[in-house]
Order: sequence, then structure tokens, then C-alpha cells
Amino acid sequence: MSDKIIKNGRVVTDDRLTVSLAEGEAATDIAVPAGPVLVPLAVWQARRDELLARARSGEVGVWLAAGEDVAALADDLALLQVVGLHFPKFTDGRSYSAATLLRTRHGYQGELRAIGQVLRDQFNYMTRCGFDALQPQAERYTDAQLEAAVASIDDFTEPYQRSVKDPLPLFRRVERAAGHEVQP
Amino acid sequence: MYQYDEHDQRLLDQRVAQFRDQMRRHLAGELSADEFRPLRLQNGLYIQRHAPMFRISVPYGHLASRQLRKLAHLARSYDRGYAHFTTRTNVQFNWPKLEDVPEMLAELASVQMHANQTSGNCIRNITADPFAGVAADEVADPRPFAEILRQWATYNPEFAFLPRKFKIAFNSASEDRVVLRVYDIGLDLVRNAAGELGFRVLVGGGLGRTPILGEEIKPFLPWQHLISYCEAILRVYNRWGRRDNLWKARIKILVKALGPEAFAREVEEEWANSKDGPNTITEAELARVSAHFAPPAYESQPAQDAGFDALLAGNKAFATWVKRNVRTHRQPGYAAVVLSLKKTGTAPGDVTAEQMDLIADLADRFSFGEARMLHEQNVALADVRRADLFELWQAARAAGLATPNIGLLTDIICCPGGDFCSLANARSIPIADAIQRRFDDLDYQHDIGEIDLNISGCMNSCGHHHVGHIGILGVDKNDEEWYQVSIGGTQGNGTTLGKVIGPSFALEEVVGVIEKLLETYVELRHEDERFIDTVQRVGTEPFKARVYADRQPQRKAAHV
Repeated sequence: MSDKIIKNGRVVTDDRLTVSLAEGEAATDIAVPAGPVLVPLAVWQARRDELLARARSGEVGVWLAAGEDVAALADDLALLQVVGLHFPKFTDGRSYSAATLLRTRHGYQGELRAIGQVLRDQFNYMTRCGFDALQPQAERYTDAQLEAAVASIDDFTEPYQRSVKDPLPLFRRVERAAGHEVQP
Repeated sequence: MYQYDEHDQRLLDQRVAQFRDQMRRHLAGELSADEFRPLRLQNGLYIQRHAPMFRISVPYGHLASRQLRKLAHLARSYDRGYAHFTTRTNVQFNWPKLEDVPEMLAELASVQMHANQTSGNCIRNITADPFAGVAADEVADPRPFAEILRQWATYNPEFAFLPRKFKIAFNSASEDRVVLRVYDIGLDLVRNAAGELGFRVLVGGGLGRTPILGEEIKPFLPWQHLISYCEAILRVYNRWGRRDNLWKARIKILVKALGPEAFAREVEEEWANSKDGPNTITEAELARVSAHFAPPAYESQPAQDAGFDALLAGNKAFATWVKRNVRTHRQPGYAAVVLSLKKTGTAPGDVTAEQMDLIADLADRFSFGEARMLHEQNVALADVRRADLFELWQAARAAGLATPNIGLLTDIICCPGGDFCSLANARSIPIADAIQRRFDDLDYQHDIGEIDLNISGCMNSCGHHHVGHIGILGVDKNDEEWYQVSIGGTQGNGTTLGKVIGPSFALEEVVGVIEKLLETYVELRHEDERFIDTVQRVGTEPFKARVYADRQPQRKAAHV
């Protein structure tokens, strides 16, 4: 099974660890391992000063749970290089709105990574909402399946809507022919 | 009606290809039942009691004749020769094979049809006034706006996994014909004092287990902001709607919890960020889409038609049909015709392949090649010359589509219920059938007059029982089918939710209960009073008293 992720449309090896707070663990004293990590918002908020240099270098990123308001990170987005948004279930769509807000309202430019239950059949919608890194759970896909899944990012080539990926809706993006009746 | 350009067609073709691959991976074991589930639902595919159910979208109810013929073809080739027309202007097939659905989607795409987002927790098919463009009381044509919003909602990447399903409807006339207040978003097309076009926006309506009527959150939204404002509503809902409890996940619960005013403030705050941005609808886009809905080439017709008047005077059956099933039209000499799918002995809304072909032929001969679905599960031909009505009536009657019962007792709204649907607690079709058979006599029906009788097989309320003058709801008690009866519900401008009259009934009791309700009405009614008027005047008590008069107390207690 793959420990790879999709980044900017390509399958790459990735060793960033996602740190989670288990029940009973406190944000203030949980161990943050060396090397590239994503830490929960609570850890970041509790230990910002301690982690600041590692965040600036891109080693430490922050991930938000699906219910957490992206506004909590607004002041740190200029220094963060990696932000993760979690999908507790692939049917929980909150992180699509969170991604859209991070990219548009808050102008976040760094890596935006989908974590949690990330499935290939949502890659198109995720990338359109501004995710540029897609991290399926390690056991879900083989390398070959992940390679095959890259194509699904382009399932819809010219969508109707405005999104992070397409800043203009179709009616402002292309010239559409005027309506006319076509007889059957 | 709207005709696809290459962009619409390419998107739809890409969707078909995407689902074909998903089905292939599912059948190959690469996509588990759980992972496949929302994908198939958003392509209209349910797994039902006996077989898969496939729900096709008919945006704002408009069907071209070639689309009807395609549906007839699908019914014959992939199903058992018939389809079911629903209260949300969708078409359902009850017996397709799972693995055939990608091919059915490809066939539909060849006539610009699809099953996009007809299920799942996403933005569903958008409905509008079935008499758009022909109704005399219309403010403006809602169809261009419904189509623009359809495009925004279709494969929208941000709102595919909402807390729960999301339904939008447009009303565009002084008389509400879409039950606007039971929608997640109700868009009421209005003009402001300056004569500008916009929408009164209602939010948070819905039937189901907790029926709530939508509340106004914006008295006037200029049409240019339709997309950006709806997006703001959806974003607030997607972020903050409840996801912990399926039964509390609709937007109505969020609106109720916050209160409409506070919810409106949240939306305004969100909207302030995107108002006047790229989602602002341009004049050019509105003009482009509106051109698809230009009036057909009406012929000038005489103000009086002696031949037609003679037919009316000389043929009672025709005159009765004209009175019940034909509506006035904006264009002199034209009429809108409602074909009844409520013939006794047929499940309400069911239509055979032969009937669909015939409706297509009638549409081509008499109504510019178009038909429209009504939420009451009938079909309208909206642009018929008065001079053609007699010929149309004869053809429709021969096919069992001219029952003169529109708005009457046997014009029942009814979901497929426990005979087909795996969600249902009880069967609904046998109830409809028993009522239709008991009250088949047309003179009796005309004497009873206008009455809405709606039946749902479960709390999901597909049969809109809450807004029926008489509503019947199937409930499950210890694995037995029981039926709760309510009265006093109404659709239209004064939409009200009916009140349950008391303990529920066994299947074989229901017809007797309806009979007692009608007897009570006949005894108490004033002249020119409909059933609902009498209920509103005297209240539910006299009806309850009659229905429960001879029921044993302990039996009541047992089935409360």
C-alpha cells in the first residue's frame, strides 16, 4: 500500500506525520516529533512560540478538524507553509468550504492538504476547492491505483461554477452561443 | 426550452464517463458499497426493496417530445414498460439492473437528460411554476433563473456533501403553484417599487419528520445576485448545519435554532464578501438563457369559436374535461391542458411507455413539442390551440389520460410507498387505489368539489401529506402498517400544515375514515364552500367526533 500522496497533480513520496491528540492527551505537553509534521490547531495555539521557527521553515504545519473555523488561523497564514484540512468521513463536506475560505477570503497561498478519509472520487471537487495536496489514508490505495487516480482530477474540464481553481463562472470564462431552438 | 451548447454537453458526457468508471470499479470490488453509495445516489441510483431505483431529473419539469420518447424507450428496454412521475418533477424507474445504469445515463445524455444530484446530500433538482410563460398571473418567467441556478448547482464542488439534501424552488406568480414554503430555499420572483426584478427569499422550509414552513430572510434580492446570495446561504449551512443527527440535519433545523433573523445576519455577513463579485449574473447571460424560453410561434386565433362552443354544449363528457383539466392561457385562443395520470386502477403518477410516446405525439401535434410535469404528478401541455382541444381530448381519452379529475378527490398525490421504497413504513398505493375505487363516481367527485388528498408511505413525506386537505401518513407499529390521518393542510399562498385527527387506522379502515370525513363536510358545508373552507371554518372537532364515534376506547389507547 502507498505512503504516497498527490501533490500538484503528481504522485510523490511524503513523510509528513500527522500528529493527533488522543483522548487524555494535552495540547500543551504532547510530543511533537522531529521532521515534517502537521499538528492540531490546539497544539499550535498552545505552543506557537515554540513551534514558530519550524513553521516558518515549513517543517511544522497545522491541521484543522472539520468543525474548526478557519478564521482561527487567519493571522498565521502568512507564515504557515502547510495547512491540513481533515475529512472525518468523506461524506462530511465542511472542509470544502473551509478550503474555499482559506484560499479566497484569507488569501492563503501555501500547501493545502486534504487529510483523513480522502478518496479518489472526490479529487476533482477537492482540487477545485483549492486543495493542492491530497493524502489518502495510507492503506487505501496501491501506488498503481493512485497513479491511475490522478486523471480523475480532471473529470470535469470546464465546470459551470466559479471555484478556487476557476475564478470565473463559465458565463464569464467563455463565450457561450446565444440560445436557439433545435428541432428534434 | 433550454438547449445545451457544447459546454453543457461536454460536462454531461464527462459525468457519464465518470460514473461508468465508478460503476466498473464498484463491480470489480475496488469501490466498496459505502464508498460507492453517495456516488450512485448523486447519479440517481438507489438500492430499493426489490431492485435498484433510478431517479431521473427533469429540471423545472420541462420535457421535450424526444425526451419523452427516450423515457419510453428506457421503460421498454431497461424496465417493465412504465415509469413513475414524482412530486419533485423527477421520473423514477423501479426495475433497472444496477449494471445497466451507466448505459441508461448515456442514452439520457444523448437527449440532454440526466440524473444529476437527484439524491444524496446535495442540491437537488430545482422546480418552478409548471405554467411558467403561459400563466396570466405571472410576474416574470422563472425558467431562465432556474436554469442559471441549475448550472451553478450542477457538480458544484463545494456543496456536494452537505449535512442533508437541499431543495430549491421558484415561484413566479401571484398564486403559488410550487408549495414554495416547504423548500430549503424558496425564491419568489417579485418586482420592487421601482419595477425591478428580484426575489423574495425564503429559507428553512421542509416537510419530513419535522415539518416547518420557510421564513422570509430577504424581502428583495436583485436578480443579479441570485447565485452569490444562494452560495452564501449554502456556505453558512454547509459549515454550521448539524451533522450529528440525520433527523436534525436539514437547514430548517439550523434556521430554527438560530432564528430567521440571526440566520439572515449570518448570510448577509457571508454574502458581503462575494456580493458584486464574479458570480454576479450579467445581462448578457440572462439574455442568452432567456432566449431559450422565448414564446413559441403562436398563431392568431379568433376571439370566439362557434365550433368549440357547440362541442362544449353538445358533449357533456368533453365539457366536464374542459372544466376540470383545461386552464386559461395568456395567449388568446390558446389553453393549457392537464393530462391526468390518476385514472382509477393505476398507481398515481405511473405512466406507461405507450402513454409517454403518446404524450410526445400529442406534444408534437398540439403543443410545440413540449410537455411539463406538475408536482401533483400529472402532465401538462401548456400551449394548445382551443380549436384543437376536442381532438386532443379524444386522443388522450383513448389512452386513459383524460380522466376529468384534476383537483378532485381521485387526483391523489401519492408516493410509491412500501410496495417499492425501502424507506417506507407502509404501502401507499393500495390506499390510493381503495380511495379511487370507492369514490370513482364522477358525479360524486364533482359534488365534493376541489380537494387535495395526499398520501405518504413514511415521514419523509414524498407524498406531501402535511399539505393535503386530507393527509394520510403510513406509520409502522410493531411491524404492522398503520395510517395516520390529518386534515386542514393546504398548499398555495396560504400553505398550512394539517393537523392529525387522532390515533391511526388499519389499512382496511382508511376508506371508511375518508368517507366519514366527506360526510361530515357535506353536512356542514355552506354553499360554495370547499372541504378545506369548511375545515377552516368549523375546525377539526366535528370531523374527529364523527370518525372516532364508534371506536372502542381501549383500541384507541392501544394505537395512540
